[in-house]
Amino acid sequence: GSSLEPEECSMEPPAVPEEEVPVTVAPGPVGCQLFGYVGIEAVLDQMKIKTMKTGFEFNIMVVGQSGLGKSTMVNTLFKSKVSRKSSQPGQEERIPKTVQLQSITHVIEEKGVKMKLTVTDTPGFGDQINNENCWDPIIKYINEQYERYLREEILITRKRKIPDTRVHGCVYFVPPTGHWLRPLDLEFMRRLSKIVNVVPVIAKADTLTLEERAEFKQRVRTDPQGTPGVPHVSPAQLKSCIPQIQEDLKTHAISVYPQEDFDQDPEDRALNDRIREKIPFAVVGADQEHQVNGKRVLGRKTKWGIIEVENPAHCEFPLLRDLLIRRSHLQDLKDITHNVHYESYRVRRLNESNRP
Amino acid sequence: QNDDCRTLSLSAHVGFDSLPDQLIKKSIKQGFCFNILCIGETGIGKSALINSLFNSSFEDPPSTHFLPSVQLKPQTYELQESNVLLKLTIVNTLGFGDQMNKRDSYQPIVDYIDAQFEAYLQEELRIIRSLFSYHDTRIHVCLYFISPTGRSLKTLDLLTMRSLHSKVNIIPIIGKADSISKTELQEFKSKIVSELVSNGIQTYQFPTDDETVSEINTIMNGHLPFAVVGSTEKVNIGNQMVRARQYPWGIVKVENESHCDTVKLRKMLCTNMEDLREKTHAQHYELYRRCRLEEMGFRDIGPETKPVSLQEAYEAKRHKFYLDLQRKEEEIKQGFVQRVKEKAGMLKEAEQKVQTKFECLVLMHQEEELKLEEKKKVLEDEIAEFIEKKATAELLQSQTPVSTPVDLKRQGLQKVSAYA
Repeated sequence: GSSLEPEECSMEPPAVPEEEVPVTVAPGPVGCQLFGYVGIEAVLDQMKIKTMKTGFEFNIMVVGQSGLGKSTMVNTLFKSKVSRKSSQPGQEERIPKTVQLQSITHVIEEKGVKMKLTVTDTPGFGDQINNENCWDPIIKYINEQYERYLREEILITRKRKIPDTRVHGCVYFVPPTGHWLRPLDLEFMRRLSKIVNVVPVIAKADTLTLEERAEFKQRVRTDPQGTPGVPHVSPAQLKSCIPQIQEDLKTHAISVYPQEDFDQDPEDRALNDRIREKIPFAVVGADQEHQVNGKRVLGRKTKWGIIEVENPAHCEFPLLRDLLIRRSHLQDLKDITHNVHYESYRVRRLNESNRP
Repeated sequence: QNDDCRTLSLSAHVGFDSLPDQLIKKSIKQGFCFNILCIGETGIGKSALINSLFNSSFEDPPSTHFLPSVQLKPQTYELQESNVLLKLTIVNTLGFGDQMNKRDSYQPIVDYIDAQFEAYLQEELRIIRSLFSYHDTRIHVCLYFISPTGRSLKTLDLLTMRSLHSKVNIIPIIGKADSISKTELQEFKSKIVSELVSNGIQTYQFPTDDETVSEINTIMNGHLPFAVVGSTEKVNIGNQMVRARQYPWGIVKVENESHCDTVKLRKMLCTNMEDLREKTHAQHYELYRRCRLEEMGFRDIGPETKPVSLQEAYEAKRHKFYLDLQRKEEEIKQGFVQRVKEKAGMLKEAEQKVQTKFECLVLMHQEEELKLEEKKKVLEDEIAEFIEKKATAELLQSQTPVSTPVDLKRQGLQKVSAYA
């Protein structure tokens, strides 16, 4: 869009209508003032009606070793039993020999807004003795969805609305083990952040005490860059993985969501910077309700207390939820998938056949 | 993959009901784009209507009647109302209906609309593309101005609309409607509608499938074609400046719904802008794209009825092109070889000629030489003869002492010396 001067719409006729008349012959946009109400903003209502009618599609993938609480996390996010485990109860949970991809789709509705949610689980990831190339089935799956969309798009007679099965966000669960990212984590995130939006989270963060968390937040604030290789000061900081993870990601040039390159304006950048400071989120998943102070809350009950999932003081789950669903990021995830990742897949694919 | 789709109920507020708002916020940031094509004879009030519709004064000098052919002139304006930014492009047809021979009046218009579709298609087919930030120039609605004759549609109108109705949303309107009386207007409207139907021309109908707008849209559909009046001037009526046309017998207020349908048109354009854009993209553009791709030789189903992807079609075309290229190369090579052969033949011939000429010359030379020999011989013979003759003559001379003049001279000299 060219440079425009926002002009206010005034109800009374102005003294002198200010217009920019293009001097050149080529028709360029002319800023015009409206003398009265026209009703253009009715287009917003129409958009709303249209989107409510067609509904939304959202596809999310969860990747991580078994036992990190992925299914519970997804259930907590969408406040219902959307995960595969919950939808197919009674099935014996066996760790498969190879990485498998299983998707399950639900239609959920809230206040008239319909969403077709597809959750893809990846059992078997990182569970084998030899985990080399365990990301290959995942990459293959993601590319398959792009391929499907591409084929629909280049048909001559194509559908009015192409079904979107592309993965919009991939939540990667990092176990709260070490202070550095393991080679598996680095490899996976490096490869995948090139083709899909990756959101890393630290799973089962209830194993980190408040002090430890406070400490690494403090460290992040005073020394956000950090220096790799600097020995830790105290054993308590052994568990302070967040700044190290950020450092790791930076060293390996892994760009996780929200990517810096796609910040659209200073306002976006400020908002996303605040999120980037906190990534990866330390989350706890729980799908059981307990009674705390007379209120029913979602949480995990332990011998030493109840961890409230929605309490920002207890864990950063609300931040993850805000990022993925609320505010502007769900649409943003879809847009980046469509405008960036899908387009680069398309370029690769169409260029492939060029080579003899 | 598990493909069954179950409905699930949520136990608490998740928060994705903000999705439509997220989408709207993004759209507002991006801005909206709307392109209107105005077709109508010169002087029928196109510019005045646009000014009235958008309550603005777009600079547009009146055009002449003497243009040799129909020209399309697009102009883009940026309007803002509260937080909605609209990039409005008005395309005017200059000289429509002015020529003596109106046979090709509609062709430039069809070409223009197709060109916009083509530009979008080219962008879409590109390998590295940016549809996201593409400035859409496709025409979303065509306002066709009908002359307020009160009788029926002109042939030019029918021809033009028939060539455009499958390419663009047409909304027929009656221009300068203040020259028709109310009773005549109703008859005229019905006549127009029936003529359109009998000629198989599909004009745009406001959508009636959504409950919130279906009622009002159905009513509005009944008012089509809209009888509009536009005015660039304002008249002072009761301390307010109102857009109107002042006649000696009264004032026609543009914004008064009982005077004309301009306000209705404005409302309908604004409330159905999204639908117009969608129809343009999902229906008219898709049709153009389909025809164009088939024209270019692409197929969805291959010869063995297997679905062929565009990419494979590209590949096949490229392969064919390569083969063609090779064939041409061969042809050129052959041609070259042929020419070389010919030239070599020519050269050989020439060489032959030279050879024969040479031999001929040699022969001639020999002949000449022989001749010369003979002559030489003859000459030598003559010389020999002459020497013989000379010898005999000298012999004869030495035998007879004859006073030669030389002796006489000597004698004379002696005599002279004797007397001296």
